[in-house]
Amino acid sequence: MERKTLFWEDVNEGDEAPEMVKDKITRTDIVKYAGASGDFAVMHHDDIYALRHGSDRGVFAMGMMSGGYLSHMLTGWLGDGSLRKFKLRFASRVWPGDVVTCKGTVTKKYKESGENRVDCILSVENQHGEQVIVGSATAALPSKRSA
Amino acid sequence: MDKSVLGKEYPPFEFPVEKGKIREFADAIYDDNPVYRDEKYARKRGFGGIIAPPTFIMVSCFISHDQAREELDRRPGASLHGEEEFEYFQPLKAGDVLTGRMKTVKMFEKQGHRGGRMLFAVIETTFTNQKGEKVMVARETMIETEDDSVH
Repeated sequence: MERKTLFWEDVNEGDEAPEMVKDKITRTDIVKYAGASGDFAVMHHDDIYALRHGSDRGVFAMGMMSGGYLSHMLTGWLGDGSLRKFKLRFASRVWPGDVVTCKGTVTKKYKESGENRVDCILSVENQHGEQVIVGSATAALPSKRSA
Repeated sequence: MDKSVLGKEYPPFEFPVEKGKIREFADAIYDDNPVYRDEKYARKRGFGGIIAPPTFIMVSCFISHDQAREELDRRPGASLHGEEEFEYFQPLKAGDVLTGRMKTVKMFEKQGHRGGRMLFAVIETTFTNQKGEKVMVARETMIETEDDSVH
């Protein structure tokens, strides 16, 4: 698989990331992420427990599972190893059956610490257009001059 | 939440960055990037070997946070993961053995939308590699709600 390099010169403030959609989240996805991350918080895999503890729709996904999807979109867009900061706020829950879309927009382009950097705002939205994650990231991009 | 843990530093812990765990984690977030799986490809890309996805460090939290969680998460189901923040100084590489140093750096209160008090705790973990180089910092905000029905 060839990955295209995004150069700093080709990025402008206001540029949008190619959206990434994760189709229908399943309980299996959640359990798979539980195993991989080690997050065995009961609210995320036991429907009966979740229903009894105030989650009226049963189990819901870990915030960082969607955070992982968002990181996938980011590295695909800005490049592997390019991230300097990545911040996520979990605004709403993700339920089995949800379809989430990862989005990003460049807000600032600048030089810092000898690097060519961009700041972005990020979001993960569900099928109702509701933000489930609000985030931001800073990345360092390669320059055509040094390439 | 027990406010006396503010400023508390927990004993350092070791976190080996394992190739198989990286693949399993990448599979779980449906990221098929070969840089997380294929040694040769990762070398060709200039990383010197397989690297880990940006959020892979979460794997260490559920190993290391036991004591902190026990102290902060007194009522099961009442605490939420509010925010997560990462600062990266170099990519995590398979084979690295990290040392994590965790500290409770902030605790504060807010009024929730539905009236109840919300208690916030920020846990910061700084990771260094086997060469003593700073690799990354993770900051996790936990929220505990007073009213069980809020979360």
